[in-house]
Amino acid sequence: MSTSQGIAGRVDPHHLGHVGQAGLRQPIAEHAARELTSKRIIVGYGFWIFLLSDIVMFSAFFATYAVLSDATAGGPSGRDVFHLDIVAIETACLLLSSFTCGIASIGARAHNNLMYFGSMVVTAAFGAGFLSLEIHEFVGMIAIGAGPERSAFLSAFFTLVGCHGLHVTLGLMWLLTMMAQVFAKGYRPDILRRVLCFSLFWHTLDIIWVAIFTVVYLMGVAR
Amino acid sequence: MFGKLTWAAIPFDQPIPLFAGAIVGFGILCVLIYVALKGWVPYLWNEWITSVDHKRIGVMYIFLAMVMLVRGFIDALMMRSQQALAYKSPGYLPPEHYDQIFSAHGTLMIFFVAMPFVIGLMNVVVPLQLGARDVAFPTLNSVSLWLTATGALLVNISLVVGEFARTTWLPYPPLSELKYSPGVGVDYYLWSLQISGVGTLLTGVNFVTTILKIHAPGMTYMRMPVFCWTALASNLLIVAAFPILTATLAMLLLDRYLGFHFFTNEAGGNMMMFMNLIWAWGHPEVYILILPAFGVFSEVVSTFSGKPLFGYRSMVAATMAICLISFMVWLHHFFTMGAGADVNAVFGIASMIIAVPTGVKLYNWLFTMYGGRIVYATPMMWSIGFMVTFAIGGLTGVLLAVPPADFVLHNSLFLVAHFHNVIIGGVLFGAFAGYTYWFPKVFGFRLREDLGKAAFWCWFIGFYLAFMPLYVLGLEGMTRRMQHYDVAAWRPWLLIAGVGALVILAGIVLQITQIAVSIRDREQLRDATGDPWNGRSLEWATASPPPAFNFAVLPRVEGGDAYWDIKQRALQGELGEEPAYQAIEMPRNSPTGFICAFFATVMGFSLIWHIWWLVIVGFIGAFATFVVFAWRDRTEYQIPADEVARIDRANRSARRAAFAAMEQPAE
Repeated sequence: MSTSQGIAGRVDPHHLGHVGQAGLRQPIAEHAARELTSKRIIVGYGFWIFLLSDIVMFSAFFATYAVLSDATAGGPSGRDVFHLDIVAIETACLLLSSFTCGIASIGARAHNNLMYFGSMVVTAAFGAGFLSLEIHEFVGMIAIGAGPERSAFLSAFFTLVGCHGLHVTLGLMWLLTMMAQVFAKGYRPDILRRVLCFSLFWHTLDIIWVAIFTVVYLMGVAR
Repeated sequence: MFGKLTWAAIPFDQPIPLFAGAIVGFGILCVLIYVALKGWVPYLWNEWITSVDHKRIGVMYIFLAMVMLVRGFIDALMMRSQQALAYKSPGYLPPEHYDQIFSAHGTLMIFFVAMPFVIGLMNVVVPLQLGARDVAFPTLNSVSLWLTATGALLVNISLVVGEFARTTWLPYPPLSELKYSPGVGVDYYLWSLQISGVGTLLTGVNFVTTILKIHAPGMTYMRMPVFCWTALASNLLIVAAFPILTATLAMLLLDRYLGFHFFTNEAGGNMMMFMNLIWAWGHPEVYILILPAFGVFSEVVSTFSGKPLFGYRSMVAATMAICLISFMVWLHHFFTMGAGADVNAVFGIASMIIAVPTGVKLYNWLFTMYGGRIVYATPMMWSIGFMVTFAIGGLTGVLLAVPPADFVLHNSLFLVAHFHNVIIGGVLFGAFAGYTYWFPKVFGFRLREDLGKAAFWCWFIGFYLAFMPLYVLGLEGMTRRMQHYDVAAWRPWLLIAGVGALVILAGIVLQITQIAVSIRDREQLRDATGDPWNGRSLEWATASPPPAFNFAVLPRVEGGDAYWDIKQRALQGELGEEPAYQAIEMPRNSPTGFICAFFATVMGFSLIWHIWWLVIVGFIGAFATFVVFAWRDRTEYQIPADEVARIDRANRSARRAAFAAMEQPAE
């Protein structure tokens, strides 16, 4: 219907719109010359957005923990159940694993098998060490009656720290998958992009752990 | 072996859900048999179910939304008829069934009608408007779609296997805790939302990346159509808000499944924390829905006024302002919590401030129409209907944002009237405007205008008949969710509201007729030009339906209203020579999304019924699907240059004929 009504008469009679005004009509060369964004940038960017959403999820758990950290319902408080020495070892494991993960991504970029596979194995070992210490801590707490059903504080603690632990577990599964992928397919561009995403994920878990270490453990013991 | 699942889960003693479920099941079975007999299964599998094409994914989203709209509307009809009958009588729906109906109505309409509808429109349109070949992560897009479908499927399974939640569309504890809701209803709600929520989050990630990173050359941010801007704002809100929903529902699940104490009455649990967390997601959610609708209206009003949008920059600024402020108003959903006068005042004022950018938008649309040659096509009718209706809804919203007034009006039908006023008058009218506006782009033929306008008038009049009485009822003190009542003064208003629901029913019937008749008459309604409305943005620059690769050669953008510029130059004869065609790489179709969703359905269902071994099977299946997907060696296929040339030449000759016709001015 509207195609039959001539375009010529349908311009902006009062010059209210932005189009057609000189200010917004920049020469084509400036923008058009720019090449389309590369896949590596798009994938990395998208994964960053995902990680931000993950951090938002953790912040909901952090907020809950902050609200409930005093709601011990007569049960144990952080000071009674946290063992900073073990947590310090956990922290060291995770921070070192982040370092080795960084080496692994350099190795992947350099197509250096020894560097990549070697540091991925070390990263996995540190990650598994972290996890086993965390499981040890959880089991010990449940054994003395300080499980998540005991109080709202403990519910929030197990959920926040456990959610991080779950991420580390999934990260380990991903790590092994990435080792298998490079082993089977070599350093293909699409696989290198996945290695990039994996390392971003692993470093993010570190950042979240630093916040957990501070907010949960240090502040919990100082309380 | 089967956890809590026994034959007792099938409600043999309740004829209404059983009968409804039997009819729906029979209908689905008939469709499946018909499809199989016709030999359409390979076509459906290859071209739709495994498709990673954003246009087809968008169509499937919208199809899902429309089917669920019918289901949710049947719930609405049951509620309206129950309240019309239940004056000093129990009506025909027992309380426990009535409670499930209003819970299912709200859940379906928000999560499985409004969300898929706007996400579907974004899928169809955003890449085309940006001048892109597809979204950033096409296979992920398919995963999102099928996870959303899983959520919808689980809600509908609850009709015949077990029960649905009786805890409203936001399951407030402690009512939703295991102690007070021991059945599987709340679990159905929680798992279907967790699964579809993951799908929505992935959509958000996908579209933020697409809009910010993938453009045609020259399509800078300040040249993007306003629909892309509103889609960006909406998806930013998804990325920032949906993780809060996931976390909140996870906490309720832990309470219910493992005896945690987040929201319980005992052991230090804090139920008001649920209200805070759920609305920290829930308020942005309403803007996730309404912002894309605002974008649709911007496109429609500009096109049918034959003018560029008035105040493009202020429109962008208003969109981003709403995006930001929507995170600062959540407390107005529970002023009665007792946070104190100061806190309530802060949130009340913030809520009123959000009306300012919204008002800016309304004036922009009005000024766009001012001095334009307005074509009253169906999408424009929905837009004008929206402006009138949404203004009323906005005003009652500002009224509710005044804490002292809210203390009187909260939990009353006044509130129900308000949010239906903005969601139907805003989101749904926007969805229907977008649906009629972009339908010819997707399918290559128009929808019948006469039936479309008739449907609009039924919806418009029906809406006022159904919801204006609820304002009066709210002021007369009627609270929401009442299964029966004995106040004589309410009866006439509830009867009028019931009539309104019937008028809306007529609108829905007309819409179904419209699509059936339009498919029958598609040859007369065919649009050969690809630009049936004399559009202004890039989606009209390509053929209808667009080829898989959208654009044979990526368009060069030199200003706002990108296609309008190209069209003007073409009219002056500048679109002469043919471009040098090159082969195009497109992502291959993949069943990953569908198979993942299959395992997600298995996992969700077995989690609801505590069938633990099946949960593990489902998880392993989903992980294996991802690994198999990651193991693919060929992820793309090539469309050879001559094929591209062949497709594009047909488009160019159709367009040249259309331009030739346009050169004779109509006046």
